[in-house]
This record gives sequence, structure tokens and C-alpha cells, in this order.
Amino acid sequence: MSSTVALSHAKLPRWAPALVGVVSLAAAGLPAMLLGWGLFAWLVASVLLFLAALPGWSLVVEGRRSAVDRLMTGLVWSAFGVAVLPLVWLIYVVVDQGAQAINGEFLTYSMRGVIGDEQGGVYHALIGTVFITLAATVVSVPIGILTAVYLVEYGGRSKLARWITFLVDVMTGIPSIVAGLFALALVVLIFGPAFRMGFGGSIALSLLMIPTVVRSAEEMFRLVPMDLREASYALGVPKWRTILKVVVPTAIGGVITGIVLAISRVIGETAPLLVVAGATDGVNFNLFDGRMTTLPVFIYSQYAQSTPAGYQRAWGGALVLIAIVMLLNLIARLLGKLLAPKKA
Amino acid sequence: MAKSIDVSDLNIYYGDFLAVEGVSMTIKARSVTAFIGPSGCGKSTMLRSLNRMHEVIPGARVEGKVMVDGQSLYGPDVDPVAVRRSIGMVFQRPNPFPTMSIYDNVLAGSRLNSRKLSKADADDIVERSLTHANLWNEVKDRLGKPGQGLSGGQQQRLCIARAIAVEPEVLLMDEPCSALDPISTSAIEDLIHELKSDYTIVIVTHNMQQAARVSDETGFFNLKAAGQPGHLVEFNATKKMFTNPDEPATEAYISGRFG
Ligand SMILES: Nc1ncnc2c1ncn2[C@@H]1O[C@H](COP(=O)(O)OP(=O)(O)OP(=O)(O)O)[C@@H](O)[C@H]1O
Ligand SMILES: [Mg+2]
Repeated sequence: MSSTVALSHAKLPRWAPALVGVVSLAAAGLPAMLLGWGLFAWLVASVLLFLAALPGWSLVVEGRRSAVDRLMTGLVWSAFGVAVLPLVWLIYVVVDQGAQAINGEFLTYSMRGVIGDEQGGVYHALIGTVFITLAATVVSVPIGILTAVYLVEYGGRSKLARWITFLVDVMTGIPSIVAGLFALALVVLIFGPAFRMGFGGSIALSLLMIPTVVRSAEEMFRLVPMDLREASYALGVPKWRTILKVVVPTAIGGVITGIVLAISRVIGETAPLLVVAGATDGVNFNLFDGRMTTLPVFIYSQYAQSTPAGYQRAWGGALVLIAIVMLLNLIARLLGKLLAPKKA
Repeated sequence: MAKSIDVSDLNIYYGDFLAVEGVSMTIKARSVTAFIGPSGCGKSTMLRSLNRMHEVIPGARVEGKVMVDGQSLYGPDVDPVAVRRSIGMVFQRPNPFPTMSIYDNVLAGSRLNSRKLSKADADDIVERSLTHANLWNEVKDRLGKPGQGLSGGQQQRLCIARAIAVEPEVLLMDEPCSALDPISTSAIEDLIHELKSDYTIVIVTHNMQQAARVSDETGFFNLKAAGQPGHLVEFNATKKMFTNPDEPATEAYISGRFG
């Protein structure tokens, strides 16, 4: 036996996983064809075969540690596939169904006076969604961020801070319909029983957004190292300026991502808006008077018509909604990149 | 312009934990004072209590008196922000602002306080401070780049430049050279010599030769035992400390280091 430690050992070729993959697909394809399995069963069988075959081969050639590594890598990739498959599928279905409904008129016309199969549009709902969500954001972002600043910079372990944290946690769990009913009660209390306005919907959405914004901003502010605050204090900078010019700019990328996630979450809310903002066929630019339709409510009411034209408009509305959410996420990523502290 | 600092019977706490006990000393104006002692004996803690940075830590407090030019540092109507404006600090770990460029990091003292500076003045301060900190030649072509892209030692020198850019009257430096090569170390020591004519400087160092080279007076801190508070063993002129100290413990510590 040689006294030197072996630093190299046999390895499977680079193309081994690809080969095993193809062979697994083919091997599972045989019973799939003979027994008439569907696409899904065929894929599952192939993956199982792959997870058995590659580690097995690796065990023979490369030894135990590499075999376990290959098995785990395979499992991680399978889990990833299971996680993204529904997403890809959903996007495919929405685009497939929705694209037929989308045209110039669909995006620029409302549903006023549209009867039966006539061409209608999503314009009023688009306006409603943008206005109501924007107003909700304008209300909840300052409240959320200031609360987070209090919790991280001033609250410490005080009673008030602990109570706020507890209440924010409770708020996170409020069912959206309850937020809607509360906003309705508030509007009715102030303006009378028959009054409806889009801003009522914004209030309901704010109730749902604030806890998310507080939580994410709090996490981000806590990540800012104490060293940076001390560096600022040591230069004779007061605490409020330190927060404004050191803590917030350092954390801003993450805070914005959190805000956009909060928006994405509430932009699809249907029930509370149906309750407070009501539904209408026409365009309404005034947040503070009259009913306003949002995209989810539009989708719901079109779907509820149970006509082919209604179904198609619902899918079209869904596509527009998803496009907005994706656009928001893209903007968030961009802003996050632009504003995050840069390394060389 | 420079200030002297009188410390008497200072106890420094972290919550209930007494970190430094019963320190009395006089730090002369226009001189360099060095703090030496084993790790954990409270040198950083002592230094931070001299510009009221200690109380930034939740639960931290001090007892006793610190007088700066006859004014009590911990008096009820003293504004810690004003104190820190005239008593600057370089930290043990480099901490440049990640959102700022090298240029803005040097000017952080003015920028963060929204003080207006003409472009010419700003350029002038940046060049002067970076030159003093022996960093100018390395970064003069990339002043717009982020400060966190520098090496550890360069970041430390950037922090020194940032601290002297606001021209404090007292400069507290916590192991400013621990991450630096001999060339930069000697540049910082030159800087200390130069600043000494106008400023009061307190420096913490683990390097005995450095303490002997740069300081006029030296304070030796020690722990009686693990878990006990740190205390000031001896405070004397540096020459005397390194040749003929009053306390045997000082002699043991210093000669132990020299081998
Ligand atoms: N933030 C803190 N909270 C609680 N205790 C602390 C804190 N910072 C320091 N201490 C304690 O105070 C004592 C003195 O610490 P200090 O940092 O002043 O030591 P030092 O002399 O600077 O050591 P070193 O040479 O390693 O930097 C130590 O026992 C340390 O554990
Ligand atoms: Mg220290």
C-alpha cells in the first residue's frame, strides 16, 4: 500500500447526468406507451428512474460520498421543478386564454352599455386598480416605514414597542374580507349608508399592506450594522439625520422590494373591494366619490356572467392583472439593484 | 483649540456589568496619550466614554467625572452631538458608509450634516485628508467608486481620513494601525506627530514599539482576574513607563511583549 494519500479518484464523465436523463425518459416511455399513461405519469416515472440510476451508477464508480451528493442534487432539482411547474403552467394558461381577449379596444373601453357578446373593455377596472392601489400605497408606506423606524431605532425593548409588534402580528392575520367590512363601516359611519367610494377600498387595502411593510422594513433596518450608526454619531451627526441619511439609504433596496411585494399581494384582493368600492361598468376617476371597479372585481363579475364572452373578458382581465404584477416586480428588482449599496 | 481631558473616578458599565473601574487620569492638550493593556481590559470602553459614544449601546452608562477644558462632559445640559463634533473617533473595525463613494465618505461629516461646501473646498478637503491618511495616491483615480470596494487596510485609512476631515479638537483612535502594513503604519504615525501640534490625540495600541514611538504619555490598563473589571494600573510619561515604571505589573507586561 502506498503511503501517500489519494487525492484523486474515478469520476463519472461530465455528460453522465444528461445520458442518464435521456435513458430514464426512454425507459419510462416504454410502459407509458404500452399502458397509455399520460404525460404527467411519464415524467414522474422518469424522474424516479433518474434519481435511482444516477446515484447507483455513481456509487459503483465514484464511491459513497459522490453518490449521496448526486442523489441530493437530483432531489433539490426535482423539488425546484415541482415548485416552478405550477407557476409556469399558470402563466401559460393565462397568456394562452387571455391573449385572445386582448386588443386595442379591450384596453381602452369600459363596460358601459355593453350588452351580450359586444366588445367590451377593461379600461375602467384598470383605472380603478391603479388608483385604489396607489392610494393604498401612499397611505401605508409612510405609516409602515415610520413604525419600523420607531421599532428599530427608538423602541428598544420598551412595552410600547412590544405591543406594536404584537398588534402588527395580529394585523397580519386579519382576513381581507374583515378589513373590507371594517373600511365599509368606517365609510358608512362618516358619509352615510348609501355612500361608496374607491378610497374606502384603499383603506381596506392599507390595513392589509401596513403589517407587511412594517415587517419587511423592520427586518431591513435591523440588518444595517450598528457600526455604521456609530460611525455617523462619531462624526457629530444627530440621530434623526443618521436614520435619514445612513440607515434608510443603506436599507432602501430591501425596503422597496418589501413594499412591492406588499402591493403585489393586495392588488389581487377581490372581496374587500367588492364590499367597499362596489362594482360599476363605467370609468370613475374620482377616488372620493362613487363606485370603482378593480381588475379582480371585473374578473369576478365577468366570470359570474357564465357566457363565453364573459369568460373571455375574465381571462383578458387576468392577463392584464398578471402583467401589472410582473411589471411591478421587475421595477422592484431594478430599483433594488440601483439603490443597493454597491461593491466595487 | 486643543483640549485637555480630566478623568476622575470613572466607572463604566454595560448594564449591570462593570467593565472599567475607578479610572483617574489627566490627558494633556497637544499631546499624544497611548492606552495599552491586554485584550478585554477595557481600553476601547474607556476611549468610547471620552466622546460619549459609550452610551449609544443600550443599557451602557458611566459614573464619575470627565472634564474637558473645565467643562463636565456628562453634565445634564451637555449635548452629546456637540461633544462628538469636537471629539472625533476612529474605530477598531473599519466602517466606511456602503452607500457612499470614497469621495463622499471623506466628506461624510459635512454631507450627513447637510453643511454646504463649494466644490473647490470639498476637493481640497478630500485631497488633504486622504494625503494625510496616506491613501491619496491609491485612490485618486477612483474617488467616485464605493468605499467598501477597498481592502481592509485601505478602508481603515479611509476612516482616518473621514475623522480628520471634520477637524475635531480631540482625536480618539482605537487601534488605527492594527490592519495596516509597516509603510501605512509609519504614515499614520507621521500624521499623529503632525496633528499633535494642534490636536489632542488618544490612541489605543497593542504595539509596544508604536506606543513608545508616538506617545508622550502612556496608560497601562489591566484586569485583576478574568471577569473582574479593568482598571488603570499606571499612568506616566511614556519614557518613564518604558524604562523605569513605578509598578512591577507594568514592567512585566511591557518586557513580556519585548521578550
Ligand atoms: N457592547 C458590549 N456589551 C457588553 N459588554 C461589552 C461590550 N463591549 C465590550 N464589553 C465588555 O467590556 C470589557 C472591555 O471590553 P473592551 O472592548 O473595552 O476591551 P479592549 O481593551 O478594547 O480589548 P481589545 O484589545 O481586544 O480591543 C470586556 O469584558 C468586554 O467583554
Ligand atoms: Mg478594543
